[in-house]
Amino acid sequence: MPDLTMPHAASGADQSSRFYVKHHHPENGTLLGFWMYLMSDCLVFACLFAAYAVLGRSYAGGPTGAELFDLPLVAINTSLLLLSSITYGFAMLEMQRNKVKAVMVWLAITGLLGAGFIYLELYEFVHLIHEGAGPQRSGFLTSFFSLVATHGLHVTFGIVWLVTLIVQLSKHGLTTENQRRLMCLSMFWHFLDVVWIGVFTFVYLMGVLP
Amino acid sequence: MSAHATEHGHDDHGHGHDDHSGSVPHSTLKGYVTGFILAVILTAIPFYLVMTHRIADSATAGIVLLGLAAVQIVVHMIYFLHMNSKLEQGWTMLALVFTLMLLVIMLSGSIWVMYHMNHNMMPGMMTEMIKQAP
Repeated sequence: MPDLTMPHAASGADQSSRFYVKHHHPENGTLLGFWMYLMSDCLVFACLFAAYAVLGRSYAGGPTGAELFDLPLVAINTSLLLLSSITYGFAMLEMQRNKVKAVMVWLAITGLLGAGFIYLELYEFVHLIHEGAGPQRSGFLTSFFSLVATHGLHVTFGIVWLVTLIVQLSKHGLTTENQRRLMCLSMFWHFLDVVWIGVFTFVYLMGVLP
Repeated sequence: MSAHATEHGHDDHGHGHDDHSGSVPHSTLKGYVTGFILAVILTAIPFYLVMTHRIADSATAGIVLLGLAAVQIVVHMIYFLHMNSKLEQGWTMLALVFTLMLLVIMLSGSIWVMYHMNHNMMPGMMTEMIKQAP
């Protein structure tokens, strides 16, 4: 760490390095800590993926993935989530330009896309349960529902967080705290999109392969 | 990157420290659009392959799909999550690498163990159950 040696070299630099250390740590702590949370969440999903990998072909004489999965619906869902990722990115860009209104508009669009995703997922679940392919039907369906619903629950809480942030932005504007919150939610939202890549590839696309 | 000029003491950490928010690099429109286009292509290919039954062999198709997913995850990590080895003096990357290590051990271990359990524990029952199934 060059900054630690600087005070000895030149006493004039002392104050600025001190300021740097004080200023640097609390801000970074939150984002690194939030990244740690995301990594632990990643392990939760890894367990659910492992369960699906083990049980995914245990149909117990019930319906298979090829019979149940509606790929066009999954494609729409995937594009909704992908679009919501880039609209969140646009919100971050507007945040850098310090435009509160534009940030709120992009956040609202992101939230609507997320809500569309949740709506379609719930529609799919209701449809499956009505067909008698509920989570209690087979090991395959149990692991399918737990994995996909856990992801859906994360997205739901992401939307709750998003709405909260829009309210906070409208009340307090782009304060340092709100910017930090936007960064954390950005990581969370993009992380959920990364998990969804695993879900649509491993569960849906590979599930319909013969 | 005008925010840099107002800050002192950040020089050795290079890019990406804007004045309010610490460590996340300055995002750019170009970065997001590049990431989005790559992600769309990498999503469209697997859906196309599966929905039009391009690859007859399931094992080959599975490997191709997993490979595309891995590439897309890397694209998301770089362009959307702004991962790089300099972030937080490398701690973010370290956490990621550690998690990936656990993930690989857990996934491959579970699949390997359970696959062999299925094969070795009940060889007779499996074939009987398949015959009885309607």
